[in-house]
Amino acid sequence: MHPATSIIVFTVASGAGFGLMAALGLSGPLPVAMVWTGYGIAFVLAVAGLLSSTLHLGHPERAWRAFSQWRSSWLSREGVMSIVTLALAAAHALALLTGHAAAVWLGPVSAVCALLTVFTTAMIYTQIKAVDRWHTRLTPACFLLFSMASGAILAATLRAVFLPQGAAAWPLLAAILTFAAWMVRQRAWARGDGTGPRSTPETATGLGGLGKVRLFESPHTGPNYLLREMGFVVARRHAAKLRLIALALGAVVPLLATLLASGGALPAFMLALGSLSLLAGLLIERWLFFAEARHAVMAWYDRTIT
Amino acid sequence: MTRLPDRTDRSLGLVIDLDTCVGCHACVISCKEWNTGGYGAPLADADAWGAEPSGAFLNRIHSFEVTPDDAAAMTVHVPKSCLHCDDAPCVTVCPTGASYKRVEDGIVLVDEKACIGCGLCAWACPYGAREMDPVAQVMKKCTLCIDRIYNDNIPEEDRVPSCVRTCPAGARHFGDLSDPGSDVSKLVAERGGIDLMPEQGTKPVNKYLPPRPRRAAGEEPVALADLCESEPTGFFAWLDRALEKL
Repeated sequence: MHPATSIIVFTVASGAGFGLMAALGLSGPLPVAMVWTGYGIAFVLAVAGLLSSTLHLGHPERAWRAFSQWRSSWLSREGVMSIVTLALAAAHALALLTGHAAAVWLGPVSAVCALLTVFTTAMIYTQIKAVDRWHTRLTPACFLLFSMASGAILAATLRAVFLPQGAAAWPLLAAILTFAAWMVRQRAWARGDGTGPRSTPETATGLGGLGKVRLFESPHTGPNYLLREMGFVVARRHAAKLRLIALALGAVVPLLATLLASGGALPAFMLALGSLSLLAGLLIERWLFFAEARHAVMAWYDRTIT
Repeated sequence: MTRLPDRTDRSLGLVIDLDTCVGCHACVISCKEWNTGGYGAPLADADAWGAEPSGAFLNRIHSFEVTPDDAAAMTVHVPKSCLHCDDAPCVTVCPTGASYKRVEDGIVLVDEKACIGCGLCAWACPYGAREMDPVAQVMKKCTLCIDRIYNDNIPEEDRVPSCVRTCPAGARHFGDLSDPGSDVSKLVAERGGIDLMPEQGTKPVNKYLPPRPRRAAGEEPVALADLCESEPTGFFAWLDRALEKL
């Protein structure tokens, strides 16, 4: 699949934004400065992500129609849940700032909705049977764990700045979530590497019963929409190296940073560094999520698959 | 409405004969021509007269080489367009309701005025039957020529999809596949029609007729020259016998 920058940025940024909303929703009473900064960052990440995904549409002016088909479409559900979550998170922030009692229940409700939003994003990819690597429960598991890990490490950073005493639990939580997320990612990678394509030239043409099927002549001489969207192969050559870089930036650096922060070594700086490094690693992870995914339509085009 | 209907009154679709398709691409061209001037936005091309032309097509012919273990390799041309699946994954993913499957005839269509051009339906289709229009920025797909098959203003023999009307080999057939008595259903039953990519669980309406068995390896071809020397009759038989006796 073609790794479009807008979708990579969207899924990483909105995942982190909604993850931070979930963390803030579960944080209890917070100082005013942290509410402003925390929810400010969360809103910028989530809204920037949503805007960048809207801009890649052929007709952004019709985007409002996407709220209508929530009964069947995960993309529509994502749109609805995003708006619901943004409204609830804004209400929670307002309740925290004004000291309103509703903050007690608005926080957890907003947190649950934030995670549900990330789940709907993941399901947009998971539901696609034509992409073997995506069509697995590991996809929503990865998206949710990475979102929660990003949210937790950002919340830990904010706590290190605004609530410096007694904040050891959050770096530890961020470390556990980051570790768990990469373990699941490893499993998803291994699953994807271990299985051959379900759809082959044999099944695509229905001629497998007669013998070995090989593309003899392409239907067109230049690239088309299908090949531009689904025929991406460049990054697959560097997949092994990119996975190591993603692991170094997304797992090793954040884990070391959270451990050092828990030990009291420049916690705010360490956690900020860990947060940025995790997000950089996730951009590469998300690039691979698209670039490594093979779409069934390539059975009609690819001469090299076996 | 992007929820699929539980059942459709009819299942209009194509039956494509892989035994007789000669891979001439005439159906591709006639499809492109009809759908550029007919229903919806024109089926556009980008840079059509430039160095790198690229356009949307609703029908493509892929040619394959099939090598059996015990026979010579053969070339099979496989025309591919929307299969109007009963369990169409492209319909349910649509966030706007632009994609839908009609209850009355089972045709899968796009309401171009409601399409936001997100491209998710093209991702969901394992066959690559949907292509984004490079100019209108809406999703295009085979309509089974709804502007022909119900069109009272054209002669009756033209009320079939453009590709079917054009095919010089008679490899494309159009009809109601939900009716076991229809010509297309009989053809499918007789020739053992198959689904493409059954593993994707899409339940396609369109069916493909596999190539008829070819000669086995080592089997001699039919010697057509022998047919030229037929047994003589009448005067030539007498002449033949007389010459034999000399």
